[in-house]
Amino acid sequence: MSEHRNSPDRAGGTPGDGDGRDVDVLVQDPDLPPTALDPSIAEAEEGRWTPAKIALWVGIALLGGFSWTMLALVRGETVNAIWFVFAAVCTYFIAYRFYSKFIERNLLKPDDRRATPAEYKADGKDYAATDRRVLYGHHFAAIAGAGPLVGPVLAAQMGYLPGTLWIIFGVIAAGAVQDYLVMFFSMRRGGRSLGQMAREELGLIGGTAALIATLTIMIIIVAILALVVVNALGESPWGVFSVAMTIPIALFMGVYLRYIRPGKVTEVSIIGFILLLLAIIAGGWIGETEWGVAIFGLDRIAIAWGIIIYGFIAAILPVWLLLAPRDYLSTFMKIGTIVMLAVAIIITRPEISVPAVSEFANRSDGPVVPGTLFPFLFVTIACGALSGFHALIASGTTPKMIQKERQTRFIGYGGMLMESFVAIMALVAALSIDRGIYFAMNSSVAATGGTIEGAVAFVNGLGLAGVNLTPEMLSQLANNVGEESIVSRTGGAPTLAVGIAQIMQSFIGGSGMMAFWYHFAIMFEALFILTAVDAGTRVARFMLQDSIGNFIPRFRDTSWRTGAWICTAIMVAGWGAILIMGVTDPLGGINTLFPLFGIANQLLAAIALAVCMAICARKGAFKFLWIPALPLAFAAVVTISASFLKISSPVPAVGYWANHFAFRDALAAGEESFGAAQSVAAMEAVVRNTFIQGVLSIVFVSLALIVITTAVVATVKAYRNGGGPITEDKAVPSRIYAPSGMLATKAEKELEQQWDALPAHKKPARAGH
Amino acid sequence: MTVLERVRKAVWLFKGVMGENAYQSYLDHHAATHTAEPPMTEKAFWRDKTDRQDANPEGRCC
Repeated sequence: MSEHRNSPDRAGGTPGDGDGRDVDVLVQDPDLPPTALDPSIAEAEEGRWTPAKIALWVGIALLGGFSWTMLALVRGETVNAIWFVFAAVCTYFIAYRFYSKFIERNLLKPDDRRATPAEYKADGKDYAATDRRVLYGHHFAAIAGAGPLVGPVLAAQMGYLPGTLWIIFGVIAAGAVQDYLVMFFSMRRGGRSLGQMAREELGLIGGTAALIATLTIMIIIVAILALVVVNALGESPWGVFSVAMTIPIALFMGVYLRYIRPGKVTEVSIIGFILLLLAIIAGGWIGETEWGVAIFGLDRIAIAWGIIIYGFIAAILPVWLLLAPRDYLSTFMKIGTIVMLAVAIIITRPEISVPAVSEFANRSDGPVVPGTLFPFLFVTIACGALSGFHALIASGTTPKMIQKERQTRFIGYGGMLMESFVAIMALVAALSIDRGIYFAMNSSVAATGGTIEGAVAFVNGLGLAGVNLTPEMLSQLANNVGEESIVSRTGGAPTLAVGIAQIMQSFIGGSGMMAFWYHFAIMFEALFILTAVDAGTRVARFMLQDSIGNFIPRFRDTSWRTGAWICTAIMVAGWGAILIMGVTDPLGGINTLFPLFGIANQLLAAIALAVCMAICARKGAFKFLWIPALPLAFAAVVTISASFLKISSPVPAVGYWANHFAFRDALAAGEESFGAAQSVAAMEAVVRNTFIQGVLSIVFVSLALIVITTAVVATVKAYRNGGGPITEDKAVPSRIYAPSGMLATKAEKELEQQWDALPAHKKPARAGH
Repeated sequence: MTVLERVRKAVWLFKGVMGENAYQSYLDHHAATHTAEPPMTEKAFWRDKTDRQDANPEGRCC
């Protein structure tokens, strides 16, 4: 992995001494106020159930319960979006207050008397203790991207209830647990990466398999995210122009920050944001002109090549010029847009007429993503419920910036709850559009023929309750959002953009503003994705250089230009090939590839949870091993069964190999067209694509099985020995104090005041204000 | 807390999330530890920050 920082000072001790309170090296400096809240005071404060507190939690529970009843049990014509918001928020509060507290108290046992890496390794740069609320924002901006916006949209095919249940209960029992555990364990290990922890806990085989899995998974994730952008921008001069303009805007911001006003991050982001709005407005004019259509009305293959070339250049350019400013812009948009969308949903409260569980829940021939609810719901919605990719972030930048150990619950568990809320809002936005339009937009060209007539015939022919699509509905909507056509705009992003545009126009601007809001939504999704493409290619390149460096040492030197270029080219070729394959796929691309994205992400989650389980076992925490083991078992069952279906299902829509052999046999029989493929070349493309997809499925599932097996072996071994060697860094006494949650409790405030009253010369280094 | 304090706090939080406070926390750290040599200038600090990112990329999630 890219991280070479090794701590010389391991604890290396006996099992159980990671437990904290009884570590006698943690001697409090008598000149300082306590560095941790006295456990008995904390206990008393938490355990004291005043009538007001009881009333508050009873109120939250009742509101949550009532909202769930409205969603799950009451079957009216429509259901109001506000119940999604209340059900989600109340459930999050209860899970955060009770379940994450349970994990803290029984499994992780953070000890604020211990210094965090941000304190004992402080360098003022990478290792810098950061205010918990600021770090929460940082961490959220790093984990949330286009993933939680896309998956729920595609899963809306199965009705609203399965997706809602999985997003909310998946996050509290699996996704947030994974993020919290990985962040805590990495923090206890000086901020080590997931790959390094896997190597330490699972040994050479498990560690290597985890590394290869991570690398291949990153390639597939970048490829499929890029495919989402291509599908959103294809034949859309407006979209292509405004998204292309983000590149000069970012370059300008980079130069501004480097040479004109260094460090004025917020200022330059506001300037960039205004330029971005101008680019969206200008895109509307340019999309109307003949020359604009001629220059920017690119087909999907041209856009895909554009992104590939862009990805390569962006990954070798210095960070300050493109990546850093784009990241600032993306963070700015992320926070702004998500707050705006939440406010808009709460104020406009759209009515949703999609059935709770749709006709496609039990069928494997859904036109959006093929496959039955189990297991494919759980891989279609990855980010937002359980996202393995987060383990890479939670074991990277964030743990090096945590002030106090007890803050990991708020940042790790709480941060993921926020991402889940974003997923719920995306689901609501997608559900609020007409069902007929939803299917017309998300069925592949192979099904609709790409024409309004074809789409109307196909969607009405599906025999769905309450769906009566007319050609006028499609042409009217296309006109409103300023696109030539909205038929078969697959990938989720355009559907979400329509949903957001509908909600926003009833909030600000009316139907005249709909085209603006649509392109605003497309723009911000594209911005997230292109940032992820840049950063993903770069991270993957460093991982590859590190791996090749084992055989050719020169590649370890990351400042060696030739090596950097070669590795970047390999990585870009990897995801670029899959992207081109997806764009040219006669079967529809995203429909066949998206499950692979979800499977890859969930397998990474299984790997992360497996590492966490092995660590817990070594700590001797067998009584609470189920906390990581249950989500691990679920993720393993879901992804392995989904992989096996993708590999061996006889239904061609589901199984890659079934499709592969069907098309191969057709070719062998000398047929000129077969299924959705209208020519011999298209049939050959299907044979090739399904082969690659099938091989990738086999690779993923084998690697994950190796990692999970080694983790189980490590766990059983630790059980037999009653624990194992502790791989944590040595405990160092802390010399700072900060409260643990979003809001400080009364006792925490009192302690904080003691610290504030300390004379200046006695105050240890503190970050923040 | 007065309204003005609240607004100030919100601005501070937003700037922090954007990453603008990085130089200030570097200065705080510097003042508390190696007071012997002068700290980097603001320009040099931001230059150094992005140059370190060149060699230590941070992932961004999907």
